[in-house]
Amino acid sequence: MDLTFASISDIAEAVQNKKVSAKEVAEHFAKRIATLDEKLNSFTTKNDQAIKDAEALDTRIAKGENVGPLAGVPFGIKEMFCTKGLKTTAGSKILENFVPPYDATVVARLKAAGIVVMGKLNQDEFAMGSSNETSFHGPTKNPWKLDCVPGGSSGGSAAAQAARLVAGTLGTDTGGSIRQPASFCGIVGVKPTYGRVSRYGIIAYASSLDQAGPMVSSVKDAALTMEVISGFDSFDSTTTQRPVPAWSKNLKSDVKGMKIGLMKEYMSGSLHPDVQKTVENSIETLKKMGAEIVEVSVPMSEFAVPVYYLIAASEASSNLARYDGVKYGHRAEFKNLSAVELETFYGKTRGEGFGKEVKRRIMLGTYCLSSGYYDAYYNKAGQVRRLIMNEYLEAFKKCDVILSPVTTAPAFKIGERISDPLTMYLNDIFTTSTNLAGLPGMSVPFGLSQENLPIGIQLTASHFEEQKMLDVAFALESASPVKGKNPHVI
Amino acid sequence: MSYRGYEAVIGIEIHVQLSTQSKIFSADSTSFEAGDNENTSPISVGMPGSLPVVNKKAVEYSIKTGLALGCDIRRKSVFARKNYFYPDLPKGYQISQYDQPLCENGSVTFKVDGVEKTVSITRAHMEEDAGKSNHHGDYTLINYNRAGIPLLEVVSGPDIRSPAEAAEYARTIRQIVRYLDVCDGNLEEGSLRCDCNVSVRKMGDPNFGTKVEIKNINSFRFVEKAIEFEIERQIDAVERGEKIIQETRLWDPDKNRTFSMRTKEDAQDYRYFPDPDLLPLTVSEAMIEQYRKELPELPIARAKRFQEEHALPEYDATVLTTEKDLADYYEETAKESNNFKASSNWVMTEILRELKEANKSIKDSPVRPKQLGQMIAMIDKGAISGKIAKTVFQEMWQTGKEPAVIVKEKGLVQISDPGAIEKIVEEVLAANTKNVEEYKLGKKAVFGFFVGAVMKASKGQANPELVNKILQEKLK
Repeated sequence: MDLTFASISDIAEAVQNKKVSAKEVAEHFAKRIATLDEKLNSFTTKNDQAIKDAEALDTRIAKGENVGPLAGVPFGIKEMFCTKGLKTTAGSKILENFVPPYDATVVARLKAAGIVVMGKLNQDEFAMGSSNETSFHGPTKNPWKLDCVPGGSSGGSAAAQAARLVAGTLGTDTGGSIRQPASFCGIVGVKPTYGRVSRYGIIAYASSLDQAGPMVSSVKDAALTMEVISGFDSFDSTTTQRPVPAWSKNLKSDVKGMKIGLMKEYMSGSLHPDVQKTVENSIETLKKMGAEIVEVSVPMSEFAVPVYYLIAASEASSNLARYDGVKYGHRAEFKNLSAVELETFYGKTRGEGFGKEVKRRIMLGTYCLSSGYYDAYYNKAGQVRRLIMNEYLEAFKKCDVILSPVTTAPAFKIGERISDPLTMYLNDIFTTSTNLAGLPGMSVPFGLSQENLPIGIQLTASHFEEQKMLDVAFALESASPVKGKNPHVI
Repeated sequence: MSYRGYEAVIGIEIHVQLSTQSKIFSADSTSFEAGDNENTSPISVGMPGSLPVVNKKAVEYSIKTGLALGCDIRRKSVFARKNYFYPDLPKGYQISQYDQPLCENGSVTFKVDGVEKTVSITRAHMEEDAGKSNHHGDYTLINYNRAGIPLLEVVSGPDIRSPAEAAEYARTIRQIVRYLDVCDGNLEEGSLRCDCNVSVRKMGDPNFGTKVEIKNINSFRFVEKAIEFEIERQIDAVERGEKIIQETRLWDPDKNRTFSMRTKEDAQDYRYFPDPDLLPLTVSEAMIEQYRKELPELPIARAKRFQEEHALPEYDATVLTTEKDLADYYEETAKESNNFKASSNWVMTEILRELKEANKSIKDSPVRPKQLGQMIAMIDKGAISGKIAKTVFQEMWQTGKEPAVIVKEKGLVQISDPGAIEKIVEEVLAANTKNVEEYKLGKKAVFGFFVGAVMKASKGQANPELVNKILQEKLK
């Protein structure tokens, strides 16, 4: 069995049936990480215990224990997730040496399902960025083209997965942070319905938008991983009590009679010709498979990017207040601490600990929430958000799944946009409205640019209708022109 | 009330610590005795990734308090974040309620110097407490045990007009939350904390003066004293032509004065917004009805009932209902004795005195209400005299034995057999012939001597009424 390209389900089955040991699997991927990650900078912390953890699994399997549906599958976890005993920095200096005493609920569930944590993956600082260039650990490179960004904020997860340094990864998506890097790196990334997956133990960026999801190599792997991480968590009041469907088992590539919505607003913008072509190809493919294409409209999505940045920055300004140097993380050095005024202490600690982009958003958010501005900004943004959601609900009366591009263009060059935050923010134009409306969304690879960079297709479904979205993705995957194509770096 | 032609306008915010087992947003213990930072988890110290989940019991206690204060309960209230930086605030914000509090528009009625007073309750909202900073010279240690303790902040309208009213208002709130068993009302441990807003204005002026907040006063006596001081201070300032500065002041109990803590210029912009980690708190009709049914009879209603049904004087009824346990004790005693006034007398005098001397609470009284009631019934039946009862009571207090057992063991039964008493009377008269002659010659005062002698001879057990009657007959 070729472990490098094996699917999550294949590895789990082989380990469970003792065709390969979890230890061998872990060793194989540990070796790939050791030799290839130097080029990518996708790992921030490697788990020194990974091989031992795998051995422990083998012992349990030898005893006849069922160690779970993801037995021995090597995973990489985005820095945003707290991992017990394993450094978790959220890509920030302010959490430089933070080792959580607990696992995020999703990590705990994956571990209970038998995964082996290979290490932590790079990301934009506190998930603020679309290129992985704002990380305190330095930028991650796109394995398809090393001078390009892998996207962000889950760029480390996307790059590690695309280069097959692990068999599965976890990312978080606040405004497109799973879908955009998945598209840039040619993998499958799913952002589930808000409330489907527990946020407990995920370092908060914007609480009302954040949602965790799988970033993997196939639609089926995504469905399998989602089954493990989804479901009610008594530690997160925003999780749903709804049962978790058997997505992977129900998966079908038959889209005959399904209605695929094309959003008028998405198609009228200026798209890179290669992206345009990929979208057109996907539509043609679905038509041929018997799907019906209908036009839908979400006019308010025009305001999605500003509304997203107002809400996300506001919540972030509050969520990041706890990093003050008092209890953990970075603390500025002072010659005589006792003589320092509290505000000076906070100012210096936070001034040193946070990067430029994070500071920009804290300032923006603090301003939006200030008395006198709250109604004009945060409150108004909340109202528009509601309108966007209502328009989506109307649109989903006409179609099952909405198809759109993920981004306007394939991956851009490192350094190309970092000094221009507004252009950078517009990267998220196709992805943010999904988060504002709390809808599930995903990216599935369907094309390659002339420069050999991957291009994904975005699928969005109504609340808790992940199955429809996964089915369409499964159909597209089966007919994808990029099937079996991998980045040259591996 | 007028102070040198001025009127005081006072509003009070009371932080009621809800006596739940666990904190408002986590399973951490709330026990007061725990060691430093022992009652903490990633949630109450605000570790990255941790999330709050509302404690159901804290909601129940808050709704019950709201109902007892006559408030409207919001079917959908919202938790908000109040953002500010301080080392004892672990998350950089306090979760509180802001524009949509759980309870609103209530009122509370009480008496001050015999006059009834009603104070409106503007709102009562749920929030979490912060930790505690312990300052040691040039360094500070922080104990987060308090962080996340559930509080209900009860905010009065600006309806209070005197220090005495303020203190009585605060006592009434304490009494109600203790009746509800949602707060132990312990001011020293910080279970109840009062912030008073005080301003003065010329009598008749419809406009409010600038208000000053006096924070964290930890006794009702200090509430009274601090407000008294503040009224005088503010009138003095106004009279001197000075402007009152809007500020927060603290009470110094040693110097008997308030002093400035911070002025409004330092006031924070808290940047309130709905906490995205918590869904709106929804309360069903069924929940409210359930909690309403579970509400105990409150002190004022109970005192009124004691006056009407038990024919107790207002004074007795008020004293007996100061605490629920005391009122329960009285009521159980009365039920057993079937003599309301005698039960009230015994509870208010003997029981309360002994408890005070022993520094015990009514719950720990070694004499159970049933025992006291039985003893009172024995007096009424003539089985023991009032005087013997005192001895029986002391014995009950010491040993906790049943009154009937004590009477039997000690042979304290009252002699009510006229034949037996007649015999003793005859003996006494025979032994004191000289006194009998004096009595017959008109020295009526000697009668008391005979009564005493008979009682002594009977070891105090003779029924005094019978002794009187028989003596009078024999001396005719």
